[in-house]
Amino acid sequence: MKGYSFYSILKHGMRRKPRWPAAWHDVSPQRSYDAVIVGGGGHGLATAYYLARTHGMRRVAVLEKGWLGGGNSGRNTQVSRSNYFWPESAAFYDRSLQLYETLSHELNFNVMLSQRGILSLAHSHHELETMRRWANAIQVNDVDSEILSPQQIKKLEPLINLDTRFPVRGGFIQRRGAISRHDAVNWGYARAASALGVDIVQNCEVTGFDLRNGEVRGVETTRGSISTERVCLAVAGHSSQLAARAGLRLPITSMSLQAMVSEPIKPVLNTITMSAVIHMYVSQSDRGELVLGGGADVYNSYAQRGGLPLLEQNVAAMLELFPVFRGLRLLRQWAGTVDISPDTTPIMGLTPVKGLYINAGWGTGGYKAIPAGGETMAHTIVSDSPHPLIRAFGLDRFATGRLVDEGAAAGVAH
Amino acid sequence: MMQLQCPYCGVRDEMEFRFGGQSHITRPSPEATDAEWADYLFNRDNLKGVHAERWYHGFGCGRWFNVLRDTSTHEMLGVYRMGAPRPALPGKDGETP
Ligand SMILES: Cc1cc2nc3c(=O)[nH]c(=O)nc-3n(C[C@H](O)[C@H](O)[C@H](O)COP(=O)(O)OP(=O)(O)OC[C@H]3O[C@@H](n4cnc5c(N)ncnc54)[C@H](O)[C@@H]3O)c2cc1C
Ligand SMILES: [Zn+2]
Repeated sequence: MKGYSFYSILKHGMRRKPRWPAAWHDVSPQRSYDAVIVGGGGHGLATAYYLARTHGMRRVAVLEKGWLGGGNSGRNTQVSRSNYFWPESAAFYDRSLQLYETLSHELNFNVMLSQRGILSLAHSHHELETMRRWANAIQVNDVDSEILSPQQIKKLEPLINLDTRFPVRGGFIQRRGAISRHDAVNWGYARAASALGVDIVQNCEVTGFDLRNGEVRGVETTRGSISTERVCLAVAGHSSQLAARAGLRLPITSMSLQAMVSEPIKPVLNTITMSAVIHMYVSQSDRGELVLGGGADVYNSYAQRGGLPLLEQNVAAMLELFPVFRGLRLLRQWAGTVDISPDTTPIMGLTPVKGLYINAGWGTGGYKAIPAGGETMAHTIVSDSPHPLIRAFGLDRFATGRLVDEGAAAGVAH
Repeated sequence: MMQLQCPYCGVRDEMEFRFGGQSHITRPSPEATDAEWADYLFNRDNLKGVHAERWYHGFGCGRWFNVLRDTSTHEMLGVYRMGAPRPALPGKDGETP
């Protein structure tokens, strides 16, 4: 792999016809592997990367039915934060944020991490009280978090309208909260994994499994059978379908989550601002577009298409907080099929089928988890036991009743 | 925008309704094991294709009913009352890939 550097950009930039080498090799699948990762989203690619990089596993394949990052990892609003309520979540997501903080160096690919702070608003006295408790719990989890007064919020985000129908009473901020470039994260992991010998196979759908005595022996794909004793599912919205082919039922519901961007304008927003009560969040991309989103369309869907009522609600909520954007036009709106779990905590680790591992249940918030998700899954696959950071996230928690109910604690989950 | 056919009120916009998840889930007996309870409480078919599901006409008659809907196209394929068996859909049943 040719490294990217200031010098290489200069060199290629000076050429009349820049000849950038392909970032990764698109290959045909071999007949057998030490591990097969199903799904070429951020989680699948990162898992393959850490298998090769940390554990020295070389015969690894990532099988993607479409194109790299064509799923949710290339459709999200790029928000990272680690201000979670439960210690298990905070430890995991903060590890992920720490990995993001050095990811550009690790991958030799600029992921354009911008730690501009994530600001959550409270619209009533009671909400502010709950937020104080939440912010305190986050500090006890060793994660940065600060309560802000309405005046401090106005200073941070001068365009905001505090006098909304339910006036802004305060809020809290995680200053390390960030946005980054999702394509760069996907491509960066793909390129670095490929350089370590990982086979990245696009246009290859996994259609079934070769199971013997409850153990994985291989996968069936649209490009032939592949034998392997370790398979990791990282297929987000299609987890239930694929798991069913291995005889498993999952506590996952697939829904559409939509987002939209405005036409680009000069830099005017400083933070990622979100409100759980009016259910929307907005930030400004480096290109100048306002990126906004809210909740999922709450019915089962694989349509990859967001409904109009929710779009209208997102835009209305944004205009209530930032009336100054009233004249802007929307440029694009799109959706991804997200894998919602009952407690909005991911489902990671072992399954009842030996050699079959699962990485799913990310729902509306798994972009921020890509580095730690990959790191902990790689460890789990190699040692056939869950990494300590994800022990609480196992599929078995639904039978034991030990849920990690971040949904109740976290408000908007992105 | 989806429109649903309430069996009591007729066709209305989706905003009048609330989604109630998969239909025809039966509660296990009190002797059920933890695994059976978990299956009942949390596991779902989550089908891609024809899905039998419950909807509630909250901003209307306030009644529940069942809908057959294709989750990959949002096409409405049938409506039936609570307690009624799921009607057959010749040629339509089963998952799409
Ligand atoms: C609109 C939107 C906004 C979001 N905003 C945020 C945010 O701000 N912050 C945040 O943290 N998260 C956010 N998320 C969630 C986040 O994008 C996802 O949780 C995360 O990208 C999931 O990564 P993944 O690798 O598990 O899945 P994906 O990126 O969806 O990858 C799964 C891949 O599996 C492939 N696949 C499926 N079936 C098969 C098969 N049978 N064989 C082979 N391949 C298969 C798919 O084609 C797909 O490429 C958002 C999501 C959406 C849709
Ligand atoms: Zn009605």
